[in-house]
Amino acid sequence: MPPASPDDSVSAPVIRTAAPQAQPPIGEIKIRAKDVNVFYGDKQALFDVNIDIAAKSVTAFIGPSGCGKSTFLRCINRMNDTIPTAKVSGSIEIDGNDVNLKSVDPVVLRSRVGMVFQKPNPFPKTIFENVAYGPRIHGLATGKAELEAIVESSLKKAGLWNEVADRLHQPGTGLSGGQQQRLVIARAIAVGPEVILMDEPCSALDPIATAKIEELIDELRSQFCIVIVTHSMAQAARVSQRTAFFHLGKLVEAGTTEEMFTNPRDTRTQDYITGRFG
Amino acid sequence: MTDAPAPVGPAVRTSQTAMQARLKKRHRAEMWFKAQGLMAITIAMIFLVVLVGRIVGQGYTTFQTHTLSVPVYLNPERIDAADLEGVNYDFIVAEAMMKKLGVVDDEFGLTSGKVMDLTSRDLGFQLLNQLKADKSLIGKTVTVTGPFKADADLYYKGQIKRSTPQDDRKLDDQQLDWLDQLKKDGSVKSGFNFAFFTNSDSTEPEQAGVLGAVVGSAMMLLITALIAVPVGVMAAVYLEEFAPKNRWTDIIEVNINNLAAVPSIVYGLLGLALFINWLNVPRSSPLVGGLVLALMALPTVIIATRSALKAVPPSIREAALGVGASKTQTVFHHVLPLAMPGVMTGAILSLAHALGETAPLLMIGMVSFVPGVPEGLTGAATVLPVQVFIWENASERAFHERTAGAIIVLLVFMIIMNAAAVILRRRFERRW
Repeated sequence: MPPASPDDSVSAPVIRTAAPQAQPPIGEIKIRAKDVNVFYGDKQALFDVNIDIAAKSVTAFIGPSGCGKSTFLRCINRMNDTIPTAKVSGSIEIDGNDVNLKSVDPVVLRSRVGMVFQKPNPFPKTIFENVAYGPRIHGLATGKAELEAIVESSLKKAGLWNEVADRLHQPGTGLSGGQQQRLVIARAIAVGPEVILMDEPCSALDPIATAKIEELIDELRSQFCIVIVTHSMAQAARVSQRTAFFHLGKLVEAGTTEEMFTNPRDTRTQDYITGRFG
Repeated sequence: MTDAPAPVGPAVRTSQTAMQARLKKRHRAEMWFKAQGLMAITIAMIFLVVLVGRIVGQGYTTFQTHTLSVPVYLNPERIDAADLEGVNYDFIVAEAMMKKLGVVDDEFGLTSGKVMDLTSRDLGFQLLNQLKADKSLIGKTVTVTGPFKADADLYYKGQIKRSTPQDDRKLDDQQLDWLDQLKKDGSVKSGFNFAFFTNSDSTEPEQAGVLGAVVGSAMMLLITALIAVPVGVMAAVYLEEFAPKNRWTDIIEVNINNLAAVPSIVYGLLGLALFINWLNVPRSSPLVGGLVLALMALPTVIIATRSALKAVPPSIREAALGVGASKTQTVFHHVLPLAMPGVMTGAILSLAHALGETAPLLMIGMVSFVPGVPEGLTGAATVLPVQVFIWENASERAFHERTAGAIIVLLVFMIIMNAAAVILRRRFERRW
């Protein structure tokens, strides 16, 4: 990244700020967040985030490290519940139902909102057991045959079936990093979610494995609402239809990926995507 | 985040010679550190070899014994068939021995007394048992085989020497002559001391064995394991995975760590007050011993389990929660199985520690003479380390080799437990 010269900051004549609510219209809305604030102890990590996330498409969250994009992602399936000091306010609605209500069981919520993590984290069990675990605990299959069918279709959807069909009963940890990440995606799919959250799914992978995952994300978007956190702006541009830019705990701007990368409305977005900071 | 252009490379190069001198110093420091490590290991090994060598050197003779076979004429004049228990069998054996040795008793019975000092009373018991089974043996000659008295055995093992002045040893010259004579005519056999493993404690060293203590130890350890492991593991799982992190759990944690450092004899006092005086658990029993040792082992089991749970990577927890597993499912399906090798190792090591514990058992009355296998979990029992303690205090010389022998048995017991810990660890270990 080139060092910033004093001339550059002067050459930006107008400081533009996008109104947080002004988001271009989208089709069917799957997730709607209203005034989401997150505190870790005394430290506020997210400030009044308002965003609509479209169904059956890929939404990318971009922004510099520590900007709150992962924190917001973890609010959607209430993974922040596991951190004792975390406090979430505001509402996040999936299909109009607030996930933060006391009456919502996080176990049920997480069966509808799957998650893929930064580092591939298959269970230290067989490939089959990794995928079958979710359906088994939720009682999705009534018999062995049905369970096997779920495992097969999940692995097929994750594009892993052809590579592992002959070694389903070998440890999942024996796969390569990229295969492990697709196994984890299959594990999430097996529960039958509507939303899949991906927290930097390719940051631990090599470029070839990354390309495969991106291809897979593109295939999956016809069936799922996918939210992906990424450090790579190129990846956001490649896989997402919509992009949201976070900075210092605030949602700066959200819109279609094309518009964000060609015609950002906020100067901070422009500075970030052109590599001035971050 | 803005990047400021940073200067590349050091501005001033350190002079070549200064750098080389420093390098030499660094290498020297490294060599010195390695040498220190080697020295430390050597010293530790020397201590270990001396310790084990001394115990084995003193104790291996326990596992060897000498037995005597002698034909005994069951003289009807001396045996009253109506009162078999009232017969002096030791004297009948002594008569048979005297006949074999070709000596006659004097009027004061001194010779027969000296002969009686050579053989174990076990021979007399054998005669009684044979007669009880078959009274028609009276008037016939039967051959009995049994151990010598401990002192005679020690002479055969070379631990009592003829060169020692007669007044300083238990056996006089005449008795040693008799022993030599018996050995020469082939009625003495040396062999493995099975009796040491099939007998319990006895006042006669040649008949004393470790069976009662081994069974007592096993029973006590069973109680300890059944209480300390499940309670400890569950407590650790709750504290580590479910309990809120607040002042109360902090206090509990500090206290558990403190309990692990409490001297074991204090647990003995606690057991005495709590289990024996208050709950009326029979004293000196494997049950009360196991309860006390379970209290003692609990903190260690909890600490080991907690650190094993902490070592499970958080990514596994996230993975399980991410597919919608509940907290309990996450812990019992994924976290605890992954922590199992550590839990097992911690539990077995704390049990091995409990196995060797003596002090608290002295407080609850286990330091008593128990000449038999415990009758049950509430019967009187002794355990291996206490048996060692009791024999070490015995005045008879032959108990010294038995002390070392019991220590060897205890060490083997512990080696088996530690080996089990290693094997279990290997079996449960999984990569992630």
